[in-house]
Amino acid sequence: MNPNQAPRTRVRLRYRKMGRIRFTSHRDVARIWERSLRRTGLPVAQTEGFSPRAKLHFGLALATGYESDAEYLDVDFKSGEMTVDEVLKALVGVLPDGIEATGGAILAPGATSLQQAVTICDWDIELLDVASGDLAQWVDQVLGAATLMVTRERKGQKITDDLAPQVRALEVGEPTSRGVRLLATLGTQPRAARPSELLAAQEPVHRPVLIRRTRQWIEQDGARLEPLEVGAAPAQHTLVGVQ
Amino acid sequence: MSLWPELELVLPDVSKPARYIGGEGGMATPEHHPSKVAWLLAYPDTYEIGLPNQGLQILYEILNERDDSVAERAYAPWVDMEAEMRAAGLPLFSVDTHRRAAVFDVLAFNLSAELVYTNLLNCIDLTGVPVRAENRADDDLLIGAGGHCTYNPEPLADFVDFFVLGDGEEVVSEINAVVRDWKRSGKKSRQSVLRALAAVEGVYVPSLYDVAYDGPALVSITPRFADVPAVVEKRTVADLAEWPYPKQQLVPLTEVVHDRLNVEVFRGCTRGCRFCQAGMITRPVRERPAEQVRTMVADGLARSGYDEVALTSLSTADFSGITEVVSATMDCGAGEVSVSLPSLRVDAFTVGLAAQIQRARRTGLTFAPEAGSWRMRQVINKLIDERDLYGAVESAFSQGWRRMKLYFLTGLPTETDVDTLAIGELARNCVELGRAHTKNPSVTVSLGGFVPKPFTPFQWFGQNTVSELQRKVFLLRDDIKRNRGVQMKWHDPKASLVEGIASRGDRRIGRVIEEVWRQGGTFQEWSEHFDYDRWTQAMAKHGLSVDWYVHRHRTEDEVLPWDHLSAGLHKDFLWQDWRDALNEVGLEDCRWTPCYDCGACTGYSIEHIVASATPPAGGSQGTGQVPTGYQPPAAVAVQLSGVGARNSA
Repeated sequence: MNPNQAPRTRVRLRYRKMGRIRFTSHRDVARIWERSLRRTGLPVAQTEGFSPRAKLHFGLALATGYESDAEYLDVDFKSGEMTVDEVLKALVGVLPDGIEATGGAILAPGATSLQQAVTICDWDIELLDVASGDLAQWVDQVLGAATLMVTRERKGQKITDDLAPQVRALEVGEPTSRGVRLLATLGTQPRAARPSELLAAQEPVHRPVLIRRTRQWIEQDGARLEPLEVGAAPAQHTLVGVQ
Repeated sequence: MSLWPELELVLPDVSKPARYIGGEGGMATPEHHPSKVAWLLAYPDTYEIGLPNQGLQILYEILNERDDSVAERAYAPWVDMEAEMRAAGLPLFSVDTHRRAAVFDVLAFNLSAELVYTNLLNCIDLTGVPVRAENRADDDLLIGAGGHCTYNPEPLADFVDFFVLGDGEEVVSEINAVVRDWKRSGKKSRQSVLRALAAVEGVYVPSLYDVAYDGPALVSITPRFADVPAVVEKRTVADLAEWPYPKQQLVPLTEVVHDRLNVEVFRGCTRGCRFCQAGMITRPVRERPAEQVRTMVADGLARSGYDEVALTSLSTADFSGITEVVSATMDCGAGEVSVSLPSLRVDAFTVGLAAQIQRARRTGLTFAPEAGSWRMRQVINKLIDERDLYGAVESAFSQGWRRMKLYFLTGLPTETDVDTLAIGELARNCVELGRAHTKNPSVTVSLGGFVPKPFTPFQWFGQNTVSELQRKVFLLRDDIKRNRGVQMKWHDPKASLVEGIASRGDRRIGRVIEEVWRQGGTFQEWSEHFDYDRWTQAMAKHGLSVDWYVHRHRTEDEVLPWDHLSAGLHKDFLWQDWRDALNEVGLEDCRWTPCYDCGACTGYSIEHIVASATPPAGGSQGTGQVPTGYQPPAAVAVQLSGVGARNSA
């Protein structure tokens, strides 16, 4: 049989990345998923060719050191009969401490890739050594600024961007035992804005102790949808949430 | 207890922070207790290099299985992390539970390479205990070391409390019992625990020995007390089947070298290559039963999720029934698991084996002819015929490989430029063989500078100078640079020189290692941190001659810095083998031929454990004779016309 015509299921999974495992890189996490899926024994589809690999599709990279409540990946299975329940059950006990699958959906054929579909992310940023009042003032300055120029280096070249259009929301959150939380919503298109860039965009520069992505959103016709809600195969409605 | 709250503040600022988080699959979560000995097992190089170390993982499991010990792991922090740690006042820590090193009872290092010696000093310093053993308080951490480099521990004798020679599986529990008693009695006297450790077979406590010199010459190393052994014998595990470790190989969260399942199929090697320290000090050959190998592979793959397994040993193609074991391994992976055989002898690499290992995915293929000419290979006793090499290369190309790596040494005893240039000819012939199967065959020649090692027949040989090694490297490079399909890589001859200083150095070299470390010379095995001038300047500062330690030929009657240690090998056997080498006389593999009494079996009343009484099929099997009925591939036969003539000369 031509493998291109073999029955396939594409499952979108949501997972957490918490605790010390947050210091692994995006590449590390991809390898962790490959090994964990092999341990489940589920029929994950493989690429063709010289060096076959599992067909996994990851979304927006999470910077090394950041935690997340809402990471996503799409997995292709070489079976038309997969259910989300079956996949989530098989993953229990095979993922390392700190990574936990929290939901999934069967995708309709031709669903947009995660990287392109997600337009904004919510961030929870814990800052050290700053009082709530001072942070509120800082937030006002950021929101009031006409432009927020940030410079980054890419392949040895300095590139300057205006971050202001990417700051979709910003507010002071609850105090913590070590400092204060800053809640931010940042745009991802055409390039995902990083919380570290936001913190560097306005004096005084605050020191984050923990940064966590709390949600990723797809904006569609003015509504915000979770990636599990978009592209789900209409007939199945197999959205499973554990959150 | 845990330093994690402080560590997580510095980790965002260092490169590859996942090196420091632990959390691997198979990690132990030990419960420390005053009645248990706490071991911190350390590898004095980066996490990526150290994590896969099988010796360390075996001891980690054995100690965590015992009810009177716990073990955690530590690795050398990279330079950026070390700077952050020193700035924040953070000590060396375990990656398992992030405890500070000082709360452990023993800090035990695995020593696999000489260039990490300065890292060992740095790790000790980061624990907060004095770097010199003589300055330590009664209840300070005990510093131990094991691994191949401890067959000449003298350069580290001033810094390490005890060394262990040989296999660690059994002796680690005996050491644990001694330390446990010392801990339970309140760690009152360091001297008493060191004396008790010296009584354990295989343990060497350097501070209990006096060293005498006459000018530059070493005169003697003798025990200071009657109950301390004059000669420390290595430890050998008689039967590998009793030690199916690691059972829970660690599965790291971040990328490391050898990132795959590793199953040791046998220990020891009697091929008798005269340059190879590992082959001399790990005798005799002890094969793991094939059935146990299959179980360890199947369980390990299911547990880890790896899709690659390496069957490890010093020469895996020599394993009895290797083709069947590889075939069974491929079957249990349902066609998605690849097998790599890291040490392959060309005379045992057959078409059948090549066909098996390429079923899932072709892993890299490295052969080690070691020398370019048959004369040179007789000197080093690597008795593989050119036809063996071409047969193996032909097998690989015919099974779809397009590139391979050939490993050679230069700077070998009696080597002439004819021998060096013969490497180029071998490589060219291999590429020609490949053209029958692929448009762009590629052969990479990897050239290392030979460093003589203790307990080998070449321990008396004067190492080539840096300029001589460099000259030979460039000679070969210029010879092959016009050949399409042949690439060349080489090791820095200056690094070989520093390795030579430590490899056969005596106790006085400790001052040089300390000097280089104090000047910031860590990670010397990393080319971006290696500093040759620091080493030569430190040698000069302490009045020690590089020429005397490295380039001088040693004499038969000379006292060697490791004469008070024993790997079982008779010194007169080694000397005879050295004379045989100079006379270009080869010596056959004793696992399939009668014993010639090197001492490794007879001295310890043990013997080879080999399932097959005959060598695996194929090749000349170290005899240099092509067996009856052996059919070289057609393409080889054409190539051989010139080569064969030189062989018989």
